[in-house]
Amino acid sequence: MALAVLLLLGLLLTGGAYAMFTNSASANAQQVSAQDIAEGEKLFVANCATCHGMNAEGSENGPSLIGVGAAAVDFQVGTGRMPLQMHGPQAARKAPQFNEEETAQLAAYVASLAPGPAIPDDEYLDPALGDPAAGGGLFRTNCAMCHNVVGSGGALTRGKYAPSLSGVSERHIYEAMQTGPQNMPKFNDASLTPEEKRDIIAYLDEINTMTAPGGFKLGSLGPVAEGLFIWFFGLGAVIGLTVWLSARAK
Amino acid sequence: MSSKEHTVTSDELDVNGHTNPGLPEHKPRLTDTYPEIERRFERQVAGWFVLSMLGTVLFIVSFIAIEPGESYDLMRLSNTLLGLGATLALLGIGVGAIVWAKNLMNDHEVTESRHDIHGSEEDRAIAVEIIKQAKEESGIARRPLIRNTLIAALALAPLPAVIVFRELGPLPGDKLFNTLWDQGVRLAIDTGGIPENPRLLRAEDVTIGSVVHVIPENIHDGDHALDEKAKAAVLLMKIDPDELNEDPERADWSYDGIVAYSKICTHVGCPVALYEHQTHHLLCPCHQSTFDVTDHCKVIFGPAKRPLPQLPITVDSEGYLVAQSDFPDPVGPTFWEINTR
Repeated sequence: MALAVLLLLGLLLTGGAYAMFTNSASANAQQVSAQDIAEGEKLFVANCATCHGMNAEGSENGPSLIGVGAAAVDFQVGTGRMPLQMHGPQAARKAPQFNEEETAQLAAYVASLAPGPAIPDDEYLDPALGDPAAGGGLFRTNCAMCHNVVGSGGALTRGKYAPSLSGVSERHIYEAMQTGPQNMPKFNDASLTPEEKRDIIAYLDEINTMTAPGGFKLGSLGPVAEGLFIWFFGLGAVIGLTVWLSARAK
Repeated sequence: MSSKEHTVTSDELDVNGHTNPGLPEHKPRLTDTYPEIERRFERQVAGWFVLSMLGTVLFIVSFIAIEPGESYDLMRLSNTLLGLGATLALLGIGVGAIVWAKNLMNDHEVTESRHDIHGSEEDRAIAVEIIKQAKEESGIARRPLIRNTLIAALALAPLPAVIVFRELGPLPGDKLFNTLWDQGVRLAIDTGGIPENPRLLRAEDVTIGSVVHVIPENIHDGDHALDEKAKAAVLLMKIDPDELNEDPERADWSYDGIVAYSKICTHVGCPVALYEHQTHHLLCPCHQSTFDVTDHCKVIFGPAKRPLPQLPITVDSEGYLVAQSDFPDPVGPTFWEINTR
């Protein structure tokens, strides 16, 4: 009896310590019940199991979801990327198929399979608490090569692309950095601390809400789009003026 | 200049086998015929010039009245009004002048004949005479000693310039071959710019599928930290060791699936950092050179010719990731002297 109590105590302690360490940054206030998990499992079996396997163990058509955590599910389902519409180089963002409650139930089910990144705390999602200038430096070092310096997105290899970040919710930006959806690498709490992730969110919020001081942004796509614009409209104006200049007056 | 009456002469009838068509018939413009249209164009030209004046005033007023530093909206307003003012000021003068010239200035056609380019026979004879006289009087043809020493002196005279230009800047020396990485230098996280106290990186901090932008911890040791960073920047990735396809002789350059490669493209030196963690392709955004991280960053697409140099890494006794040595291959674009050592 004493042994059993000791064993129970030890398990509780190590489990608690583990949960504290793995979720230190993102201990979520959202409580999940056993019923949520059961509902989530039903949704999973009906909608996801074809590719991810009956027990989320993965198949030829989809990766294992054991250990991806609630954050990955919330991102993939919440932005409509999953369930996948069709196979292709990349799953595109679309209108979400599940409402918030169903997404939370799915996330609860996947999180119950193995520990993984949880849905982040609101404290780390508030742009007002972050430093946009520091976030800009971090964004240019870690994100801008794929997502463009102001988050307009860009092309990758063989039909894949880094999507535009405008209009993406703070929570989904955080979760994408944390879980590395599709071909995006993961940025764990060691390489980008939760505070640094919040700085990046603050930077994106700043550039998405500010007025462009230079007038037309032309999609903020950089020199190629701007060159194309001046090629058509600038050269067009020059040609038009030349024709007018050399025409005889009536 | 001849007048507008044009008479066809016999030698103009056949120019290179073509008959000279002469000038088209002169048609008077509307402004030549109707005085009210002429007055309308006069007012239009004056209008363009007045518009130019208004543009100048707009520029000066908006320059004085708007402090652009206050907010993004004011910055945008200031830029818009300054641009509009300058455009109107210059365009008004230009368009007004052209409308004036096309519609109001005299409209008669003018024909001018071409002249021979060469001088008259007399002038040419004088020039030849001057050269002959200079040859005679200087005696350069009769005195080969003077002539040859002069040629030699002229040939040598530019040499000081070559020596001076050579000293204008420091020669690269071995800068192209060395970076700050060395045995035991710890890997630190690049948090943008030059961090004051770089955060060090442990092997357990790097999870599979993650990528970390890395600089040497001794980034402040060089003369110019940004120059050193530009050479020593490293991309660290962790790949499932089963997916890594390593040379036996380079197998100990990685640690538990963690591999470190130079971030500077071997084509023209852009930062290569578009890492796809499912395909393990590393793409350069400038010219689409693509490197296979599982295969020692071999070039699989694009204009780059060399694989990205690998930084041999390991962990020290405290668990921090450290370099085993400098890059064995020079980082960045290939250069002429790359095979000299």
